[in-house]
Amino acid sequence: MAVSTSTLIFLVVIYFALTFYVARLGYKKSSQTDGYMLAGRSVPPAIMALSYGAAFISTSAIIGFGGVAASTGMGLLWLVFMNIFFGIFIAFVVFGPGTRRMGLNLGAITYPEFIGKRFQSRFIQAFSGLIVAVFMPLYAASVIIGAGRFLETTLGINYNFALLIFTVIIACYVIKGGLLSVMYVDAMQASIMLIGMTFLLVFTYSKLGGVVEAHQALTNMVNLVPQALVEQGHRGWTAMPAFNSSIWWTMVSTIIMGVGIGALAQPQLAVRFMTVKDDRSLKRAVAVGGPFLLMMAGVAYVVGALSNVYFYRTVGKIALDVVPGGNTDLIIPAYLNQAMPELFVAIFMLSLLSAAMSTAAAQFHTMGTAIGYDVYQHGIMKGKSGASTVHVTKIGIAFTILVAVILAYILPGSIIARATAMFMGLCTSAFLPLYIGALFWKRTTKAGATASLVVGSISSLFWLVFVHAKEAVPLGICQAIFGKETLLSGVWPLVDPILIATPLSFLVLIVVSLMTPQFSPEFLKKAFRLRFEDEEEVSESASHSAADSAGV
Amino acid sequence: MVLGIDDPQIWLAYLACIFSALGCMVYGLLNWREEKEEQSVKSSTQKQVTQNQ
Repeated sequence: MAVSTSTLIFLVVIYFALTFYVARLGYKKSSQTDGYMLAGRSVPPAIMALSYGAAFISTSAIIGFGGVAASTGMGLLWLVFMNIFFGIFIAFVVFGPGTRRMGLNLGAITYPEFIGKRFQSRFIQAFSGLIVAVFMPLYAASVIIGAGRFLETTLGINYNFALLIFTVIIACYVIKGGLLSVMYVDAMQASIMLIGMTFLLVFTYSKLGGVVEAHQALTNMVNLVPQALVEQGHRGWTAMPAFNSSIWWTMVSTIIMGVGIGALAQPQLAVRFMTVKDDRSLKRAVAVGGPFLLMMAGVAYVVGALSNVYFYRTVGKIALDVVPGGNTDLIIPAYLNQAMPELFVAIFMLSLLSAAMSTAAAQFHTMGTAIGYDVYQHGIMKGKSGASTVHVTKIGIAFTILVAVILAYILPGSIIARATAMFMGLCTSAFLPLYIGALFWKRTTKAGATASLVVGSISSLFWLVFVHAKEAVPLGICQAIFGKETLLSGVWPLVDPILIATPLSFLVLIVVSLMTPQFSPEFLKKAFRLRFEDEEEVSESASHSAADSAGV
Repeated sequence: MVLGIDDPQIWLAYLACIFSALGCMVYGLLNWREEKEEQSVKSSTQKQVTQNQ
């Protein structure tokens, strides 16, 4: 560790104090239900974009995927492009406005409630809430484990204690302050992440002699790719893997499709569209969101790949050979500690802590609202619960945090490592088709949406458990039932569930919708009614005319 | 070779990332300006209407 522990502890304490201060600013403004669940629907565009980005990018996106880029190369940059184009531009400009308006028209305050009310189905709301409540804790567990390990290694404190501290601090401001606190803190953390990643990029390129020189040096290292990777399709760090090879399939299907398009249908991200006051705020948010993702994922992958050049020049080895057991998760930390100045390492550590905290906070809030509000209050109590929404949600959040922590302790590492991709894949197959139907195809029916949700989630889970080797093998359920690791062989076990379950879910949505009666025109008119982003404009015109009349 | 990278699939990705982020900035900033312009147009139209009345 290049930085003294006392310096780091000092910085972390200041950082946590700042977090509480910013969370308190949010808390003061969020006493109402809309405030607690949706941040009062008037969050400034830049705060929304930073919060969206910070919730999107977890530590594993920087450390984990940065390490993967060190191993497989810059092909991962397509994922960054997908993240910016689909995850920000298409999400904010195409999906965001409809979600915001429809959410307001139908009075929805969570993502499951949004799709439930759009299709007039408590089942859809409860089932979606259940998917979030059951599977998101897995993803959350992977994030808090990452943070716990990170605090353990950087501050030299006990892992269990680190995990506890991390979770308790987030729990405090999520439970007490609601979404507005979460988003304010996200924005503060996103700013720290931006500083950290900018330093990382500039230092790396300048250390390696400039942009073109650094890339050229990496291109020239093609002969150093280990034979085992060459056989799996690796063709150098500045070349795409060989078409149809196993690395190619993993890169293209899981990472690019799974994490790239999957971001569109993630409840903890989509709910943020409902927090701004008008459509224009969403369009403005694009100006901050796009560059933010470039600076997070883009920089992590480029630096990850270029770490090979640094290690080769300094110790004569490629990155994979520098870390114990070829563990890609250790490459970025090793690079930071060896290549970067001490103060920078400290700043970067805070950036990583921010990435983990903002993602975990978004997950805790979404899981809590799903289980407290969607599953309990609307699914089980059929909306007849006497308790206040905020109160039930707070209990829900506390409960899901506890579940995530327990999972973090009991699940094997191999499952946790796959949790992010599993959750995103499941969200895409279960939610994307009906989300698109809800916003853009008025002919979508309640039966069509229900069938799509059920078929999408079940087929995705089936593929995960019985076919896709990366999950099926560590889970071991297929082995226990059928006596073999996966049901299908050949290239099938490499194909991500998203490529099978999502088209199936779309097909079911279309076929069932065309066979069943559509919603009444009155309901559709209500759901699709254009809101006044002009509310403000009308009041502005009114005040203008008043002022003008007064002038006259 | 572009930017020291041989494979077009990689340098295209590299440039696509940068240009998509720049495109996002331009799009967002145009929307920021649009409102100001609309507001000034609106208030001047409003003035016009009031004066005509």
